Amino acid sequence: MEFRRSMSTPSAHDALGRDEIAHLATLSRLALTDEELDRFAGQLGAVLDAVAQVGEADVADVDPMTHAVPLTNVLREDVATPSLPRDVVLAGAPAAEDDRFRVPRILGEE
Amino acid sequence: MPELTDLDAAELGRRLAARELSSVEVTRAYLDRIEAEDGAVGAYLHVDGETALERAAAVDAARAAGEEQGPLAGLPVALKDVFVTEGVPTTSGSKILEGWRPPYDATVAGRLKDAGTVLLGKTNMDEFAMGSSTENSAYQVTRNPWDLSRIPGGSSGGSSAAVAGGLAPWALGTDTGGSIRQPAAVTGLVGHKPTYGSVSRYGLIAFSSSLDQAGPMARTVLDAAVLHEAIGGHDPRDSTSIDAPLPPLAECARRGAAGDLSDLKVGVVRELGGEGHTDGYEEGVLARVAEAVQLLEGMGAEVREVSCPSFDLALPAYYLIAPSEASSNLARFEGMRFGIRVADDGAHDLDEVMALTREQGFGPEVKRRIILGTYALSAGYYEAYYGQAQKVRTLITRDFTAAFADVDVLVSPVTPTVAFPLGTRVDDPLAMYAADLCTLPASLAGLPAISVPCGLSEGLPVGLQIMAPALADDRCYTVAAAVEAALDSARGGRFLDQLPTRAAAGGAA
Repeated sequence: MEFRRSMSTPSAHDALGRDEIAHLATLSRLALTDEELDRFAGQLGAVLDAVAQVGEADVADVDPMTHAVPLTNVLREDVATPSLPRDVVLAGAPAAEDDRFRVPRILGEE
Repeated sequence: MPELTDLDAAELGRRLAARELSSVEVTRAYLDRIEAEDGAVGAYLHVDGETALERAAAVDAARAAGEEQGPLAGLPVALKDVFVTEGVPTTSGSKILEGWRPPYDATVAGRLKDAGTVLLGKTNMDEFAMGSSTENSAYQVTRNPWDLSRIPGGSSGGSSAAVAGGLAPWALGTDTGGSIRQPAAVTGLVGHKPTYGSVSRYGLIAFSSSLDQAGPMARTVLDAAVLHEAIGGHDPRDSTSIDAPLPPLAECARRGAAGDLSDLKVGVVRELGGEGHTDGYEEGVLARVAEAVQLLEGMGAEVREVSCPSFDLALPAYYLIAPSEASSNLARFEGMRFGIRVADDGAHDLDEVMALTREQGFGPEVKRRIILGTYALSAGYYEAYYGQAQKVRTLITRDFTAAFADVDVLVSPVTPTVAFPLGTRVDDPLAMYAADLCTLPASLAGLPAISVPCGLSEGLPVGLQIMAPALADDRCYTVAAAVEAALDSARGGRFLDQLPTRAAAGGAA
């Protein structure tokens, strides 16, 4: 079966245009190229149209299912256990300095 | 006499225990075959033969010294590259983790290590397990050993190609929407997605946390059951792990092979290839599945058709839920703590470095899903998309519950078509997603489901899916073993034994 390309919930296709995708990319820290913005705009519009079919379901009085297994919070015993050695963890980091992760500047030049 | 690399894991284990065979011999046989053939197949991203042989020699030495060993000791295994492995490169198929050597083992990797298995290598996969053909790997194409111009399925396509192609006796995969079952089906393997929560997710690089499950991919139902038993069971390090013992899976696989299904009620799901729901399904696939159902009837099962109307919405619900969870899970890949970092030249600030690292480190499907997931979770759209999808998930679960009031297992095709040619769907996300049509309902409901080979169509493998209620994974193995035994007996050999002649004939029937 192919997705039926129907529409129901919000005005799907237009919702994921080029500008909206650029905005979402900023929110999700993705420096998309112009070419990607063009390509994704076409593809994601079609995908959104298809997934919007969930709007067809009659869900009055239906609770959302967040999880397959009905577990409530699982807490471990409050006992200290050793964590990974610092040097082992930092060995996998792209940059480390003074026993810490080294990161680029967080504030602007001002 | 068959090659060592053609034997089942069960037979290899018997020979190892009887000291008719050493772990070094079997490990070397696999390494030799990988060396000779993986260039054409592309199943592995990483193989460290020297370490594998050292490990095999250590197992042999322990056995020679009379140390007590478990049934898996000395058996080689391959792991999908989504499992973190201490000191062994792990990428999840993504450039963003290129060169990373994790500082710890996933629980399932640790359990296999403790059982004395020998890690052959890490297998290729769709990047972050997003895909159904393994073409979304950032590293290489993997080919189906039945026909090298076709996909091995995905996202666990490196594992499926390795096991079907004789490059590993068995392997682990992960299944979020079908990523064990669909590759198993299109390469002629047995692949099982366990009940959600019954196999630990600790150390699996997360894609969609409410759906991800690890499971076995093997040449026989018994091998799959044995591997499942080795990795399954409660893990305090996974807060969604179920604190209950596994059912006796290998025992059920052995018993099932006797072929007495007289107490079994089987439901055939109309919405998955039944009347009025055949669009997109190949005739050959439907025919093999129908024959398998007749076979079940012949072994005494009572068969009826069952309707699960909400399954029609599984595909749209899944492709909202999985991208939403992925957009959140993949936020951890920001180039600060592990993996690559791009443009850290003093001219770019933290936000820019993160955005440029993710731009360079992620491939197109991952970016599409992050964008879609971020959108579906946005204020103002959350209820219409993500919230609505979670309610559809409840409806799907209700359909299963209603069906299982009348039948013990549900059956369907695993995937609507046989392995499709490489390159035919990779630029059309919706066409790619359709490969998951039949596997998604059990994923969304968290239920166990197995793929077992049920014949060939156009010379390529077809899989029968058997779904069971939560924690009743044993039923999947029992019924799959009955199907396997009956078909093997009629054929006069194992399913995969047909592969060499079929592949030599160019995959044509």
